[in-house]
Amino acid sequence: MKLHEYQARDLLAKHGVPVTAGRVAATPAEARKIAEELGGKVVVKAQIHAGGRGKGRLVAQSDTADMYQKLISDPENYSGKVRGDRVGGVRLADTAEEAEQAAAAILGKHLVSIQTGPEGKLVKNVLVAEQTDIAKEYYLAAIIDGMQGCPLIMASAEGGQEIEVVAHNNPEAIVRMAVPAAAGYSPYIGRTLAARLGFTGDQADQFGKVVEGLYRTLMATDASLVEINPLALTADGRVVAVDAKLNIDDNALFRQKELAALRDLDEEDPLEVKAQQLGVANFIKLDGNIGCIVNGAGLAMATMDTIKLAGGEPANFLDIGTVNDPQRVVNAMKVILEDPAVKAILVNIFGGMARVDIIAQGVIEAHRQMKIDVPVVMRLVGTNLAEGEQLIKESGLPLIRANGLFEAAKKAVEAAGAA
Amino acid sequence: MAVLVDQNTRLLVQGIGTEGANHMRRSIAYGTSVVAAIHPKRGGEQQDGVPIFTTVDQAVRETGANVSIIFVPAPGAADAILEAAAAKIPLIVCITEGIPVLDMVRVKAALQSTGSILIGPNCPGVITPGTKTRVGIMPGDVFMPGRVGVVSRSGTLVYEVVAQLTAEGIGQSTCIGVGGDPIIGTRQVEAVRMLNEDPDTDAIVLVGEIGGSAEQEAAAYIKEHVKKPVVAFIAGATAPPGRRMGHAGAIISGEDGKAENKKAALRAAGAVVSDSPADIGATMKRLLAERGLLK
Repeated sequence: MKLHEYQARDLLAKHGVPVTAGRVAATPAEARKIAEELGGKVVVKAQIHAGGRGKGRLVAQSDTADMYQKLISDPENYSGKVRGDRVGGVRLADTAEEAEQAAAAILGKHLVSIQTGPEGKLVKNVLVAEQTDIAKEYYLAAIIDGMQGCPLIMASAEGGQEIEVVAHNNPEAIVRMAVPAAAGYSPYIGRTLAARLGFTGDQADQFGKVVEGLYRTLMATDASLVEINPLALTADGRVVAVDAKLNIDDNALFRQKELAALRDLDEEDPLEVKAQQLGVANFIKLDGNIGCIVNGAGLAMATMDTIKLAGGEPANFLDIGTVNDPQRVVNAMKVILEDPAVKAILVNIFGGMARVDIIAQGVIEAHRQMKIDVPVVMRLVGTNLAEGEQLIKESGLPLIRANGLFEAAKKAVEAAGAA
Repeated sequence: MAVLVDQNTRLLVQGIGTEGANHMRRSIAYGTSVVAAIHPKRGGEQQDGVPIFTTVDQAVRETGANVSIIFVPAPGAADAILEAAAAKIPLIVCITEGIPVLDMVRVKAALQSTGSILIGPNCPGVITPGTKTRVGIMPGDVFMPGRVGVVSRSGTLVYEVVAQLTAEGIGQSTCIGVGGDPIIGTRQVEAVRMLNEDPDTDAIVLVGEIGGSAEQEAAAYIKEHVKKPVVAFIAGATAPPGRRMGHAGAIISGEDGKAENKKAALRAAGAVVSDSPADIGATMKRLLAERGLLK
């Protein structure tokens, strides 16, 4: 689960990381008040989960797709940043009045960036923060390294840009240090990283404290990623977080109730939200036209891959898990059919824990509960297959049957083409 | 002979809720020796003829259990693994899905000092068809005794691959589901090493997924040490970056995480990579025939 920048900043500050002075505002008047407190000269930043905000553009909801196309095809002319610091989703203001105007221009509009997709994102809040006179930008992040099985700190003197770009162009510029799982954080980690990045004296001490605070934030929030980019060395010698990102481990939300409450459903795909509400947890919307219902994440991915190999495009990833209630299959069909692009549905079940007869019941029940006018291809193997076969036969429904994985994908592609 | 589990396995089941009890029954029916079950409030009772103990320590002392399978729900699963490790159970298989990754950081660190092998979490378990030893949740009837080992991050893909192998008349020595989480007890490379060193395994199927760099690590080992035929498949070639595909570990967040780079590493290591998950069985059959290993 992702948090907003202002939420991530608050959590970092709570664990000892200095952040630029500032607060979140939901109205232009609030933005003005915060700017006044900060002396007028501020930056006003749209709060959405997607990146590329500064280069993004603000438009009415009806114009998001058009602007997205323009940003993709002609960034030179349309990128917010290219046109100055007062056009995109991150704006500079010299006075409180300008801050109010900037907030008024951002709030309630849709921000479109190359990372938001053609739908853009509605901006409900802005962060109003002090402008920092940055002498140098650094990158600092903490993640959990699955291979080593422990937290890992990544730091680079090439901050302010996407770390993937640095990793690609100049991998040696990223310094990595593991935090031993048994011992936890120890100050040598901050000292070593500071030295590797070229910090000396008091600034090395400041940097070390930031690294420790970053680590404490990761551990306290069950985060899978805490990122400060840029971490600024200011002209007056302070080391301070200017932008922050924090993702929480979904598996830990049961014990991070306060953070779980910060989930912003507006930032998520509406169809995925609906799927979750219907108890279809592992659903991800994709761009193709063949809806998929599969048990198991690996088989679900493999089914998508096979559809592609058979010449089609999957409309979704869906791991229905171990089904013991046919209604879950009905709900999965409901979610898939909400997508008007879907021209066929492929049900691929290898019953182990899941029972094939329950899947069959669900598909039959779905046809009873709603009008399904796209072809449904069923490939069923495993536990209680005979019972499932019998149910399908008795139902008399025109379900397309397949035995192998490729045969199933091929039939689904054909059915989608014919529909 | 096989790896990890065989006729000497004396299985203990931690967590006998609906699912745990159901799979315990199925393992017994498959022919596996289940000697104890753990339930903190039902000590002294029985479940399907298996004695229930309150603690793992007690169960091990009274029954000589040497393998544990864990079905305990996610919030208590790390504790269950640590309890089994503290009781010196040599092999712990954790089926539980959804364990917080920081819990696994703690568990992994603790296991380094106890010497227990952990398989999983978020895995289908381990099965040796030749000795009828099922320590997992897989449908036993698709498996067939034989000499091909299977390693997979995904559960249902094990079944898919094994069904294809069995349909081609190719039996399996041991199938190991290593699990779909970012931190797992036994990584692909370690499972591949076990099968490579097993004299009763002639060939290996490796089923990977997008995310992480475990397949590259396995590829490096294969290149250096494996002479047996290896057929590999990587699921998720069509998955978009940045999205978690069900498994917590199946998320493309770097170059190593991409399917194409994993496939390239495995090909460079001498493995035969099947682009289609539907061709894994046929590819293995062809490879075994080429090497004169088809029985």
